[in-house]
Amino acid sequence: MKKNILFALFVACMTIALPARAQLVIEITSGADQLLPIAVVPFGYSGTSPLPEDVAGIVESDLQRSGVFESIPRENMLSLPNSSQNVFYRDWRLLQADYVLVGGIENNGNGTFRISYELLNVLTQSRVGKREALDVKPSNFRDAAHFISDKIYEQLTGIRGAFSTRILYVTAEGDRAAPTYKLQVADADGHRPQVIVSSKEPILSPSWSRDGRNIAYVMFRNRRPSIFIQELATGKQQQLTQFRGLNGAPAWSPDGKKLALVLSKDNNPEIYTLDIATRRLERMTNHYSIDTEPTWEPDGQGIIFTSDRGGNPQIYRLDVRTKNVERVTFEGNSNTRARMTPDGRYLVTVQKNDGNYHVALQDMNTGRVQILTETYLDESPSIAPNGSMVMYATSDRGKGILSVVSVDGLVKYRLPSAQGDVREPAWSPYFK
Amino acid sequence: MSVTKLGKFAVIGLSAAWLAGCSTTASDSDTSSMASEGSEAGTNTSDSTYAAGEDGSLSSVIMDDQAAAQQNADLLAGVATVFYFDFDKSIVRPEAREALAKHAQFLMDNPDARIVLEGHADERGTREYNMALGERRAKAIMRYLTIQGVPAAQIETVSFGEEVPVAFGHDASSWQLNRRVEVRYE
Repeated sequence: MKKNILFALFVACMTIALPARAQLVIEITSGADQLLPIAVVPFGYSGTSPLPEDVAGIVESDLQRSGVFESIPRENMLSLPNSSQNVFYRDWRLLQADYVLVGGIENNGNGTFRISYELLNVLTQSRVGKREALDVKPSNFRDAAHFISDKIYEQLTGIRGAFSTRILYVTAEGDRAAPTYKLQVADADGHRPQVIVSSKEPILSPSWSRDGRNIAYVMFRNRRPSIFIQELATGKQQQLTQFRGLNGAPAWSPDGKKLALVLSKDNNPEIYTLDIATRRLERMTNHYSIDTEPTWEPDGQGIIFTSDRGGNPQIYRLDVRTKNVERVTFEGNSNTRARMTPDGRYLVTVQKNDGNYHVALQDMNTGRVQILTETYLDESPSIAPNGSMVMYATSDRGKGILSVVSVDGLVKYRLPSAQGDVREPAWSPYFK
Repeated sequence: MSVTKLGKFAVIGLSAAWLAGCSTTASDSDTSSMASEGSEAGTNTSDSTYAAGEDGSLSSVIMDDQAAAQQNADLLAGVATVFYFDFDKSIVRPEAREALAKHAQFLMDNPDARIVLEGHADERGTREYNMALGERRAKAIMRYLTIQGVPAAQIETVSFGEEVPVAFGHDASSWQLNRRVEVRYE
């Protein structure tokens, strides 16, 4: 009894401490009709030491955010089984759950916990796959939860889950006239943010290497921009470029050897590639207009970029070998800052129509364009590595926030931050 | 006297026409070669008060040259150092000409003086595109100065895109204040 009160106090302190750490909080703002109902039952635990995280709760919110599932609220559950042996399928049919996830946690006594779980199909009254078990340290409970979410998502959709991925983003905090810029990395759900770089001068355009080990970004020093690369694990930072004029928009090639980037050293903004090992620079575009915001096609054969060579900014494709350029977008007053889904099927852009900026999705096969977002000044779309969701920056009551929309446009949620303006999300690739 | 005056106006008129022509479909045969490769940026600055130039009320800051500078600074007292632009445009406005002519004269009289033209954009549009747009504005001012005879070597252009606004509203008046080029003496 006394222990329970202490535990409750501990939880309360944890909860109160959260806003100060400026975590992002998930709010679902709209949803789809055809969601798969799943009940994620709180995992059983008979130990006495408090658990660091509510594993089932994390799994539930992961699945809820995926745009595929609808979770049955805990308070509606008629029983709280922790293994298939004590599941009464009738209870779950009543709640109209198609699937039930049950699990238990045991203290191994050596500083690790065993988390085991089973996924059950209510209609066939059978288990999907085996009962799985993970041994984890308390500090890895969130990782374990995201791992379980990935497994369930893949088992039920056939698509690899992206819950164990991370995001980069930039915040501007403090005095608006002289803010502190921070480049941060967090879990894809906004938890566990860590500051990578902090500066009184602007930081922008963060991007991931394809193996997720390195990042590139633009940072000003002495009032001039430079491109930096940095190894995440060690924090080792390298200044790659410091040309006169623009040094911008770094984008890692799929083979990890090159960066596409923007320089104006030869007078106006052009796309270049830079071989990171040899430092060899190759100019890729040659036009008096603005050429910027490069991103690689998944196979590395083309670079997609923004250019106003046709009068208004639109998206073009550059063939890396021949350097031939062809226009890709035609709808809207302008299209800028494109990103491509990992299968190459869709292109997301920031499309301007009647003075409004929204995230648009273009089907590369059919050319069909769909507007995905409807908020104010939507920008910087970034696609999850499984191609299911798009994270983007927008503005809410004058404050920069991050939002996510499913590629079909049906599910949206936002990640408001407690501190400062949040902007320029970059969704990581899979970490092998 | 009147002849030189006339000549001067002719130059200004000419450069304005040239700039206007340039900004439409850009026959960008710019002669001021900016091809200086590499990394000498920021060697002779003793500065880094970050707030400088962010409150919009910045008047020219001259840090290094002492005695002569003081005398010259008087010549620039009260001369505008911030120049504004239309949305998605980089055309130097007519009302900027008088102040720019004074900066040009000062730079020609003081070959050791160096300026940085810092270009900015409003919050609309994507960030790297706005970096390019800010640079285009800074270059438009640079071109205006070089046409009047200022050696290109005295001028550097840098863009901050939309990253350093001076007005924080989300309306036309804030956007107007943010679409600017600031002249900073090094």
